[in-house]
Amino acid sequence: MTPPGPRSPSSSLARSLWPAAVGLLAAALLLLIGLPLAALFLTTSPRALLQGLADPMVVPAIRLSLVTTTASLALVVLTGTPLAWLLARRRGRGWRFVETLVQLPVVLPPAVAGVALLLAFGRRGLLGPLLAGVGVGVPFTRAAVVLAQTFVAAPFYVQAAVSMFKRLDPDMLLVARTLGASRPRVFFRVVLPLSRAGLAGGAAMSWARALGEFGATLMFAGNLTGRTQTLPLAIYTALESDLRTAQSLSLILLAVAFGLLITIQFGSRR
Amino acid sequence: MTTLAVELTGQVGALSLALGLEARGGAGPVVIVGPNGSGKTSALMSIVGALKPHSGHVVLGEQPLFDAGRGIDVPVEARGIGFLPQRYALFPHLDVLGNVAFGVAEAERPAREQRARSVLQDLGVEGLARRRVDGLSGGEAQRVALARALAAAPRALLLDEPLASLDAAVRREVRAFLAAQLRTLAIPTVIVTHDRADAEAFAGHVLVLERGRVVQQGSLAGLAAAPATPFTRQFAVQDAGDRRTDSAD
Repeated sequence: MTPPGPRSPSSSLARSLWPAAVGLLAAALLLLIGLPLAALFLTTSPRALLQGLADPMVVPAIRLSLVTTTASLALVVLTGTPLAWLLARRRGRGWRFVETLVQLPVVLPPAVAGVALLLAFGRRGLLGPLLAGVGVGVPFTRAAVVLAQTFVAAPFYVQAAVSMFKRLDPDMLLVARTLGASRPRVFFRVVLPLSRAGLAGGAAMSWARALGEFGATLMFAGNLTGRTQTLPLAIYTALESDLRTAQSLSLILLAVAFGLLITIQFGSRR
Repeated sequence: MTTLAVELTGQVGALSLALGLEARGGAGPVVIVGPNGSGKTSALMSIVGALKPHSGHVVLGEQPLFDAGRGIDVPVEARGIGFLPQRYALFPHLDVLGNVAFGVAEAERPAREQRARSVLQDLGVEGLARRRVDGLSGGEAQRVALARALAAAPRALLLDEPLASLDAAVRREVRAFLAAQLRTLAIPTVIVTHDRADAEAFAGHVLVLERGRVVQQGSLAGLAAAPATPFTRQFAVQDAGDRRTDSAD
């Protein structure tokens, strides 16, 4: 709090410096974010880009990323929607704890996620003997890629879905039932249509996170070309041989991410 | 004429509820009044099946809808009880016709919409059919909500503060309209209100609920003649203090 009374010269100096300080600090961060993004474009040419894409690991990586992120998105929506519905409808401390637990992967270091997944589904993990018994080895397979993506990406969808579901008027859901609609019918005819935009936004964020998944995938699924080498892993590998390939793939991911962000913001403004 | 008989006791939420009422079709509605937090809405929720008291029964006509002793608990969607919540809770993703057609038990869409249109016509609002519900006035929304409930052909009707979210001027008109509709409908009806003018217009059997319990019941005039509690006195006796029933609140 500034003491009342005549203003001192030092406070008038602070006032005149204030806009400059705010502007400078803000510009510094803008530069830090903007410069690397600009560098991705400025340091290449269309020809170099196309040459970068000629690398034999590019096509398998793109295909694998599309297949695995589609699978993990389907898994996230199929299991995340019911979970979000329960979390939104149930009261009680237990459910609030579950809600926090589900958000944990957002702040968890990816390396920790990788170790955790190995300890759960790895050969010597909790479920290892059980999975080996039915002849299934998860680590270093496409299934491992999908599991890692689902683990890190699900919270983005679940969080969006919970907040959409919580906003629905409970009276409206009750009225729907008094009009003869069973619980499933209420869900598909009232809940889903009213939550569609929010669910789509959550799914887009979740998909973007899965597409970018790197750390947990590297540790749990490895980096095998055509098998578990997704786009981010291909970028990492290309850095050691051909920077142009890494740059080309990076630009693809940047374009996709930017496109998604614009779509989400446009969608939420409608 | 059908009768809705309710006898419910037990804990619902933070409230210990002990409710007994009988609403007969054609004999005027049961009007539940009581101070805030006395369990008026919980009472409706229990009858419709959204809350489960420990013991008692809800019987509509010959059919038990809830009977704790016999383990009967008909799900909400099969009870055939219409419910109008205080803020109407119209479906914002459907137009007026879509709202009213939602509960019509017909397999084909044209048949559902035809029935919905005829109900809208009965209530004098067929012109609203293709309107979005978020553009409706309070009075219009009230009629659409009533139409939506009636289109499902309910065997009983519960209304939670049906006029509370209307302006005073509109309220008087809608009240008269609603009272006339309910008389024509002649199905068991329970209305929750905090407004003496409602109790008067609906000419029902008034039930005073305080802390989850029925403390007094009878006609409005009967209650006014011998109020058992300060709340009843304040509610039923027209010139008891400053409570002007038709003022905006």
